[in-house]
Amino acid sequence: MGITFRKETFRDDFTFRNSPEHIRRFPFPFHEDAYMYAVNIEPHVVGPKGSVLENLIDVDEHYVAEMQDRALVLAEDPLRCQSLPHMTLAGWDLLELLMEQQALGYPEHFTLTRDGDRWRWINRPLGIDDTFTFGDTSTLPYGPMEYITRQSQGDFCILDQRDGNLWMDAGMVTTQADWSLDFDIGMNFFEWHAPVPLAHEKGIFVRALKFLTNIQQGKPARRLNWTMTINPRLDTSPENYHKWGPDRATVTPENVGDKVHLRVELQSFWRLPRSNGIVFPIRCYLIKMDELVTQPKWARRLHRVIRDLPEELATYKGLTRFRPTLVEWLSKLDDGSVTSSGFGPD
Amino acid sequence: MAVKSIISRPVYGTLSPQPGKHHLFIADAEGALAIAEMARRAPPGFFDDAEIVFIPGPDGKHVAALEALKPEQFHQAPSFASLLPRLRQTLANAHMGLRLYLAGTEGLIGQAMQVALEAGIDHTSMQTEHRGSLARRMQCVHCKGITENVTTQPATCAHCGLLLLVRDHYSRRIAAFQGVCINAEDRSEVPPMEEIFR
Repeated sequence: MGITFRKETFRDDFTFRNSPEHIRRFPFPFHEDAYMYAVNIEPHVVGPKGSVLENLIDVDEHYVAEMQDRALVLAEDPLRCQSLPHMTLAGWDLLELLMEQQALGYPEHFTLTRDGDRWRWINRPLGIDDTFTFGDTSTLPYGPMEYITRQSQGDFCILDQRDGNLWMDAGMVTTQADWSLDFDIGMNFFEWHAPVPLAHEKGIFVRALKFLTNIQQGKPARRLNWTMTINPRLDTSPENYHKWGPDRATVTPENVGDKVHLRVELQSFWRLPRSNGIVFPIRCYLIKMDELVTQPKWARRLHRVIRDLPEELATYKGLTRFRPTLVEWLSKLDDGSVTSSGFGPD
Repeated sequence: MAVKSIISRPVYGTLSPQPGKHHLFIADAEGALAIAEMARRAPPGFFDDAEIVFIPGPDGKHVAALEALKPEQFHQAPSFASLLPRLRQTLANAHMGLRLYLAGTEGLIGQAMQVALEAGIDHTSMQTEHRGSLARRMQCVHCKGITENVTTQPATCAHCGLLLLVRDHYSRRIAAFQGVCINAEDRSEVPPMEEIFR
């Protein structure tokens, strides 16, 4: 039967919503009543049916609308998609991975057929049917990375591995939590993470790099990260911060439930077979407070996490201006009872 | 000297003579003093295979001191922009064994490193020594324009006029610190401008 793709927007009138089934499958990121950085990396293996982990590359009801929003961002600012000259092969690796995974998980929507290097890709939701030669960039309308990431939910960073480090040398980044690919491209793992507070001192990045440089083909890994966004806006780039920043001053006790969104990133890490690069998809899930608190466990837990968040983290995540209003609103939904361990709703 | 900061902020060292076939020095203003001091520790004949490219400061000082080192080539340029075509050709024609030494203001070191990176030289192989002004090159993350010689925090973008927080986050590729709108959430908040990068 396939997915019913929603017609919705992530800007202007903000018509984005989650269906009841998508609320239940939301990747709530807190397994306990508090949050601090950790190297929370685990094998990226298939999870329960009906969860966002049912397929390793998740396609959901927001697919078509997200791809439309990406096209708008790129039309305004083509620098959101960049690939240094040595990264083209890794782009083909990524194209193969995403076509294979999307066709595998959603055969009713995507079909990949291969005859040697002659490939045919059918993407029904976006009305695409292209035949091209794998490895020959002139047979596609864009470079391989741009071509396939215009058809795949989430941001994608392709990291080159050399000198015992990972280098941010290519990416498609239009739904980011306030970091600039254009500025960070070419940086190594420690450099592009430089502005993150507290985590360097905890040795997080040294351990994470050690893990990531050892990722093997066919054994991807994943972690969750989170922040909060006012309005369901995908493009919270630093480039446009002066346009979306004022939203943070619009939160009132009356509109918290509608305006404040939990933004969860499902980050996964995959070794690429030809280039030996790592691709790092950052898949963004949004849920408004009114939707999230339909699960009482999540409401109680989120109240405690946000209330007790260290000040540096709240500042880094940009929550300072609306945190008191949000905590006050959530506190009314927290009766103090014990929350069960684990991420899922009760 | 620059204070300890975040990891992407460049760290500079002290020039020291490296084994190599050819030595290219790029310096501005007080960077000349770093070269002169290094020369005292260099083996005899070191500058026989050296080229020094120098952009004097407003005071015009130090030219004679560099000429006295008797480098194989000495070139004086009025600005970094005027130096660029020559520098690009030198680097494009360079062979294995070229060593690069950058000394002077952060803006000079950063821009010379940017050109060398484009020529395929690894940044860790370059010798750097900071001397003189701490004024920053800043890229506005919003309009992408570069503002030179930023001395204040916050600073006004010379291109789009937004008031920017000058971060320590630095890109070697762009040779600039990142500037991000400091009052994006409420434009009526205007923090005082202080002169801190001198």
